[in-house]
Amino acid sequence: MNGFLHQVIAGIATGGIYASVALALVMIYQATHHVNFAQGEMATFSTYIALTLVQSGMPFWVAFLATVAISFCIGVVIERVLMRPMDKASVLTHVGLFIGLVLVVSNLTGWVFDYTVKPFPTPFYDGPLLGGLVTGHELGSTAVTLVVLGMVFLFFRYTRLGLAMRAAAFNPASARLVGVRVGWMLALGWGLAAAIGAIAGIMVAPVVFLEPNMMLGILLYAFAGALLGGIDNPGGAVIGGFAVGIIENLGGTYIVGTELKLTLALFIIIGVLLVKPAGLFGRVVLSRV
Amino acid sequence: MPSETTLVEVSRRPALGIDPRILWGIGLALLIAPLFMAESYRLFQLTLAGIYAIAILGLNIITGYNGQISLGHGAFYAVGAYVAAIMMDKLGLPYWTTLPSAAVICGLVGYGIGFPALRLGGLYLALTTFSLAVAVPQILKYKGIEDWTGGVQGVLVFKPDPPFGLPISADQYLYLLTVVLALGVFLLVRNLMASRIGRAIMAIRDHGLAAEAMGMDAAKLKTSTFAVSAGITGLAGALSAIAIEFVSPDSFQVSLSITLFVGMVVGGVASIIGPVFGGLFVVFVPNLAEEVSKAAPGVIYGIILIVFLFVLPGGVAGLLRRLATWLKRQS
Amino acid sequence: MLNRRTLLAAGAAALAGPLAAPRIGQAADLTGVTADEIKIGSIFPYSGPASAYGVIGRLQQVFFKAINDAGGFQGRKLNYITYDDGYQPPKAVEQARRLVDQDKVSFLFNTLGTPSNTAIQRYMNQRKVPHLFLATGADKWANPREYPWTIGYQPSYRTEAQIFAKFMLEADRNAKLGILYQNDDFGKDYIAGVRDVLGPRFDTLVKTASYEVTDATIDSQVVQLQSLGCNALLTAATPKFAAQTIRKVFDIGWRPKQHFLTDVSISVGAVMNPAGPEKGVGIITAQYLKEPTDPTWQADPGMNEWRAWMQRHMPDADQTDGNFVYSYGVAKCMMQVLTQCNGDFSRENIMKQATSLNGVVIPSLINGITVGTSASNYHPIRTMQLAKWDGKTWERFGGLIQGAG
Repeated sequence: MNGFLHQVIAGIATGGIYASVALALVMIYQATHHVNFAQGEMATFSTYIALTLVQSGMPFWVAFLATVAISFCIGVVIERVLMRPMDKASVLTHVGLFIGLVLVVSNLTGWVFDYTVKPFPTPFYDGPLLGGLVTGHELGSTAVTLVVLGMVFLFFRYTRLGLAMRAAAFNPASARLVGVRVGWMLALGWGLAAAIGAIAGIMVAPVVFLEPNMMLGILLYAFAGALLGGIDNPGGAVIGGFAVGIIENLGGTYIVGTELKLTLALFIIIGVLLVKPAGLFGRVVLSRV
Repeated sequence: MPSETTLVEVSRRPALGIDPRILWGIGLALLIAPLFMAESYRLFQLTLAGIYAIAILGLNIITGYNGQISLGHGAFYAVGAYVAAIMMDKLGLPYWTTLPSAAVICGLVGYGIGFPALRLGGLYLALTTFSLAVAVPQILKYKGIEDWTGGVQGVLVFKPDPPFGLPISADQYLYLLTVVLALGVFLLVRNLMASRIGRAIMAIRDHGLAAEAMGMDAAKLKTSTFAVSAGITGLAGALSAIAIEFVSPDSFQVSLSITLFVGMVVGGVASIIGPVFGGLFVVFVPNLAEEVSKAAPGVIYGIILIVFLFVLPGGVAGLLRRLATWLKRQS
Repeated sequence: MLNRRTLLAAGAAALAGPLAAPRIGQAADLTGVTADEIKIGSIFPYSGPASAYGVIGRLQQVFFKAINDAGGFQGRKLNYITYDDGYQPPKAVEQARRLVDQDKVSFLFNTLGTPSNTAIQRYMNQRKVPHLFLATGADKWANPREYPWTIGYQPSYRTEAQIFAKFMLEADRNAKLGILYQNDDFGKDYIAGVRDVLGPRFDTLVKTASYEVTDATIDSQVVQLQSLGCNALLTAATPKFAAQTIRKVFDIGWRPKQHFLTDVSISVGAVMNPAGPEKGVGIITAQYLKEPTDPTWQADPGMNEWRAWMQRHMPDADQTDGNFVYSYGVAKCMMQVLTQCNGDFSRENIMKQATSLNGVVIPSLINGITVGTSASNYHPIRTMQLAKWDGKTWERFGGLIQGAG
């Protein structure tokens, strides 16, 4: 029984990682109706920027804010330079562009910062708590994820800008008619998603250690978590992320063994989606002819 | 799904104002020439490009023509390759029996997966297929089937000698085999797409509701299309196992599915001839990128891909289409 | 089909004979060798998820260039051609054919990765092109009967696991061992090695848990092995996951009596310090290379040679990265083979000399460990020494241990 409890808690800790990245995916989906496959690689790149700043002697939280700001700018620039000229192209071409972006960013990260595994500092208590069940950092980063979640929720629900962004993504033509500057809303969405991705990267790196492929597997689980919870619902995505972490651990330990852990988790998620296609907490969108 | 091609454009063959027989002749000459002119390594590369072209054509049927995004066709390629390897190595069957078997088995697997997965649209289907691609290496390694798949060590196979005592090398024969199979598959798909069924497949992509309103069973048609698509990609996989003479879980990582997708977009979505250029792109451009920079070939490859899509958002086939329109206007 | 295979196997067996003593009068294969140059081919993952190992190839590019800049080797330029396979076996086949068929290299040297080398091994042997000193620790490269043209370099993972298992039994006859392994040939070789030693007792004494390279963390696996009651642990993981394991084991308060760690993941900079140097105290590994951060090598002539070379030719490179030590050493070993060739650079003679190394001293190997091969011994390095992490460095203890292989 003790083992069971440990597995659940370890699952929640890992799930927190997925949840933070899932949040960034929801952000970009809300703002652009795209899923950016390069999100993970961009977040890793941002984390390296943070590490460089910290190592240059900057206090942690200053470096944190600076990295978030820099990542925001990178996101905006990528939208303006890369996506904007291509907004008439088909969805498939966009996916092709995302793949190109993944290749460039991931290999660039390795080239610039090299491939050796690096430790990343945590601003929280760096040691085990509750008899080794969780670490101080895991609690702290979960709190950060929840704060970001709250901010995203309030932003989309209660601010004019958030509303305008959702409108721009949902129905660009109508949004333009009521005076929303759709182009800039998309750029803003990219910027915010990159910023949230940077926060996720900084919170994940102390746990998994920093290296250029840090987000490779995490992104897939985050993607699954976001879809499980509902890609249009930030709260759902976070719960989905935690759920994936727990399902993965319990399934791997008690049902199929660690060799098929990933496979089982993915099949369970697909099963859920078949029953609830919009995700557990997603809104069902009706399309009218 | 917005797409460059409309129904009308696809079903019409590009008339360049040249006798189509001359075009056919040039095409065939281009296919046969390497057989006698290329060195064995180049021939091998062209064989690989041909195999990728078949696989990309399979993907193009479901994603390009039917509008259902699959990011996991590498999974069917893998299944096809393993079917061939297991039949040849464990069952001692001749290579030619593996090709139709791989196509049929992958078609069935595709049907089984497509049946539930295609109920999920867009993003969800993309994820489902993508997770399939991620899971496949893990499943291939599973100890329960290790006796068949060889586990992490994979399976070695032998490439066939030319039949009937043909005076050509094994490499040349393999190239010839690939070209003949590719021609067959490409003609088959072209005829399929020009037929009533093909028009229905595209109608579902362009106006799903309208198509259903006209009495098409969209779900059934989508699933069958997925099966055909998976079968063709599986055939390519079997051919690849014979050409590479080796299969292992590491040969079929997620990057393979990404490669096929890139080939489709670069060649041209919803195009018959596009996958040929896609196949050439994914085989030759990474080597080109490496020539430019040994320090970071991935960066160069990514930049080439992005620039390519900027210049030709409709892929090579889109360019050919525009060229044809332009030529017609001139005459 | 079956007939042809048995025929080929017979052919391969017959080959082993002439290899050991090339028949006089047989036309020597001098492909890739001219009066001015020797062409050497190699394949590394310069792109993709295994790019961390690309630095091995990068050093070798500089290494051979430095020799050429200094006037070449016995009047010949060493033309080192290296290609990227992204750690994908099909791409490795393509690149091997490019090197052999198109570039017409004399031999392949230090190609990296078990899957990639498995894919090209038979081709290299069919073409009778030397396939030398592979950069992988799999055990299967030492198979001169079937594959006389392929030879490995470093001690195999399996040998290392055997050493660990023997050491464990000596300390505790009834240890319950947990193995945390990467689910691929690298990880599975450790299971095979432990099984070699434990035999039928394996199933009762050992619990295993695997992870995939795409996993985010290994927390679940560590917790699982602990709750199964294991009191010893063998970690067969790559650096990132090894560091995670060391930290997690410590954080959950698990104190296995013995914790063995693969020598793939003993880098102080990339594993022990990130995990927290105090968390790994007592961990045992087996080494054959000199660890660049180990203070006991500060005045070592071999490491001084390496450091001076790095300073001169790759001043910007990270000198704590053990891959550079490895790469430099294996390149030196290659030069020894070429020197022994004594001007006869036929493929037959290169292979013969590569399998006639006798007590060759390499600056990067722990003093006392040498390279030795023969027509029947395709394990160039088989000796290791155990070392224990004391919180600051790996402290070697006990004598040199010869593996069974």
